[in-house]
Amino acid sequence: MSTRRQFIRISAMGAGAVMAGAAGLRLLASEITDGRKASYVALTGRTPTYCEVCFWKCAGWVYKDEKGSIKKIIGNSEDQNCNGRFCPRGTGGVGMYHDEDRLRNPLIRTEERGKQTFRDATWDEAFDYIAEKLKKISAEHGPECIALFTHGSGGKYFTNLLKAMGSPHVAAPSYAQCRGPREVAFQTTFGEAIESPERTDIRDTRCLVLIGSHIGENMHNGQVQEMSDAIDKGATIITVDPRYSTAAGKSKFWLPIKPATDIALLMAWINVIISEELYDRAYVEKYTYGFDYLKEHVKNMTPEWAYGITTIDPTVIRETAREMGNAAPAVIVHPGRHVTWYGDDTQRLRAVAILNALLGSWGRRGGFYRPETFSLPEPAHPPYPTPKRTWRTEFPDLFPLADTMLANGLCDATVPDPTRNCQFQAWIVNGTNLIETLPNQENTLKAIEALQLLVVVDTMPMEITGWADVVLPECTYLERFDEIRTGPHRRPQIALRAPAAEPMYDTKPAFWMARELAKRLGLEAYFPFEKLEDQLDWQLKQVGSSLEEMMRIGVKTFERPFEDLYFAPDENVEFYTPTGKIELYSTAMEQAGYDPMPKYTAHEEPPAGYYRLNYGRAPMHTFSRTSNNPNLTDLMEENSVWVNPRVAKEWGLSTGQYVHLVNQDGHRSEFPIKVRVTERIRWDSVYMVHGFGHDQKKLRRCYGKGASDTNLITKVLVDPIMGGTGMRGNFVTFVTDLAGEEVVS
Amino acid sequence: MRYAMAVDTKKCVGCSDCVVACQTENNVPIGFCRDWVVEVMDGTYPQLEIELRSERCNHCENAPCVRCCPTGASHIVDGGIVLVKPNRCIGCGACIASCPYDARYPHPKGYVDKCTFCIHRVNQGMKPACVSVCPTKCMYFGDLDDPNSEVSMVLKKRKYKTLIPEAGTKPHLYFLI
Repeated sequence: MSTRRQFIRISAMGAGAVMAGAAGLRLLASEITDGRKASYVALTGRTPTYCEVCFWKCAGWVYKDEKGSIKKIIGNSEDQNCNGRFCPRGTGGVGMYHDEDRLRNPLIRTEERGKQTFRDATWDEAFDYIAEKLKKISAEHGPECIALFTHGSGGKYFTNLLKAMGSPHVAAPSYAQCRGPREVAFQTTFGEAIESPERTDIRDTRCLVLIGSHIGENMHNGQVQEMSDAIDKGATIITVDPRYSTAAGKSKFWLPIKPATDIALLMAWINVIISEELYDRAYVEKYTYGFDYLKEHVKNMTPEWAYGITTIDPTVIRETAREMGNAAPAVIVHPGRHVTWYGDDTQRLRAVAILNALLGSWGRRGGFYRPETFSLPEPAHPPYPTPKRTWRTEFPDLFPLADTMLANGLCDATVPDPTRNCQFQAWIVNGTNLIETLPNQENTLKAIEALQLLVVVDTMPMEITGWADVVLPECTYLERFDEIRTGPHRRPQIALRAPAAEPMYDTKPAFWMARELAKRLGLEAYFPFEKLEDQLDWQLKQVGSSLEEMMRIGVKTFERPFEDLYFAPDENVEFYTPTGKIELYSTAMEQAGYDPMPKYTAHEEPPAGYYRLNYGRAPMHTFSRTSNNPNLTDLMEENSVWVNPRVAKEWGLSTGQYVHLVNQDGHRSEFPIKVRVTERIRWDSVYMVHGFGHDQKKLRRCYGKGASDTNLITKVLVDPIMGGTGMRGNFVTFVTDLAGEEVVS
Repeated sequence: MRYAMAVDTKKCVGCSDCVVACQTENNVPIGFCRDWVVEVMDGTYPQLEIELRSERCNHCENAPCVRCCPTGASHIVDGGIVLVKPNRCIGCGACIASCPYDARYPHPKGYVDKCTFCIHRVNQGMKPACVSVCPTKCMYFGDLDDPNSEVSMVLKKRKYKTLIPEAGTKPHLYFLI
């Protein structure tokens, strides 16, 4: 067992390392002698962490000032995800800790949902309330009717709790609302998913192709860093985007494609690469299945054919295809990350995968490497009970290739329907603002209304907390231990998150919450360690490290078991597909009743006076998670709607003016949004950054600032293959008369 | 010794990490900044060009802010870094008016504040906070008098410009183009 005494000793050792390692950091005498400090709070000048502001999980060091307050966070130079450099959100992570609007204590709802009429509760009251409801629901409807929606580190503990209760229903919006189509497309093609962080070898690439992926505006740290390295080394960047993104500004070729026509461009590229024999013949012969089918399939999909669809000049299509062919195999046709666009997304990503296969970039330097994940032993616990029903039994024919639970699927299965014998009765929502995350808000609210219990775990009073029966305030990542980070990368690596400060207010870590609930449900045996730090120490000692060592170094790198980052020349590679080959012709898709090779289908176009609503990221924000962060709102406090000057002229719009947006179904943006007239956007679409337009007044810094795109995404184009929710099929128009409406600015 | 910085506009993505890193390193109050990002766009769709650059005090050799300071609070130290002594500054704002780069702001505590090239870090052998945090590694810092310094090397290799050269301020902030 770790004791307080032991931790004080650890801290003293850590201090030595700091003195030697980082110049300029003085030990804080007052902290060392203050015996009242909680035992686990590091007493040295810096504490290891990994970031929770986004999913990239960069490892770094938290520094405090002379008063013991958290001052700054700096990247850990040993970390492969960040190489010692945090992005603006990670650097501004201090704002999450200091935000005065944070949830402070448990809350229990006293009146109707959505109104934020809560009373303060003690933790015991909150847990007793939840446990009693969960027991009742379990007894009456079965534990399978309890669902968990999660994003972030705390999910693991609640997942354990749910499985211990007997429910398999755990969903992360990062799948069906984000990267799911890409994972299914690459699994069906190469037998393996891309995963996170992406296995793209951008550092050594000679040609990087971005399709709607705006690296640099999405601050996926390692990717941004490697793109910069690639620019230094003279790599060619080809960007396909209707908007002149930051990445387009760094590109040798920018293809200002007509929105929703990407598959046509991809098929034309495949056509050129095959007809001009630019593909890697030996690789295709050795590793792939179905080349002849593909050749036949694309023979008429010429650049001239694609021109009429995409508006991209055929000579540019040929030139860029040759650029890829010349760089091969050090070429990456990037699979992107948020790829749920038009409902045929799995097929679009299949085309991306096929293109990479033809160029021989999978398993090659400068293409896609073989990642290595470190595996840590888990503490033993009793086996989970077998669920009697799953979501799959309720919807047997839907989305055959979805290999994970769908957040929108669970949501749909919560909306009452007399034809089904089970619907979800309770939700636990951890760290994800479902109101802004799931498209079609009305449907989400309908589901919530039908629930007997909604528990929300968050650090901030996000919109979803307003709908909760019980709100459990989590302390921020800077105030807690969490599971060891083991994610995939070039070398196996682990990173520690330790608390740099004691939890502010009456907030608690998710591990503690899940365990306390388990205790009340008689499931304590599933959480064998009382304290997470004791579990971490036990786990680390199994692999030759310890909590003491990790407190000192933060990140530990191991050797790869085999030197196989890339395929060896002539290596016999077994792919985890039905044929054991890279499937250009997908037998899994064919068996499931879908096109074995991608086809272009036309999508609906905006009616006159309407513009396609595109949305994306800003480098200083992570969706709505950061929109109230004092440091990051200082960099960007509201979003704007990008409008082409031709459109602006037609509507008489000028930069700085506020307008409302109304979509094709008559849904109006809740708040007005500022116009940005810019040549950087096509005339047939508008663009805004996602994560703004909050209507939760307790978020005082961001309430009413800008507009929410989710608000305007009422039409959802569902991918039949894996259930992804395509969100780029909505069209908006402008309402310029604000009729005396007050603008929050 | 002449400290200088070069910013590679070909690599900068305008993420503003330099801004927030400076704020947390130097306790710059929220709502103010010592460095900032500028986006310059040129052209008509789809023939476009964009330049992103991280800007800050140019640490001019011929610094108008130092010349016009009535109390001597604004001064130049070894290495050519332009600094302000907060206790000598009366907050008159003459330096703010004279700076062609708009690099100074009135600190709520009553003095004028600006970029120091993180002299407290540089004196300890570290780089300025903005340089060491930048995810794109687009900033280079060092001594122009040392031909082997990062900044001297990159200025030898690459085309560059300075801002408002016609002001005659002899800036020490270079932009690689």
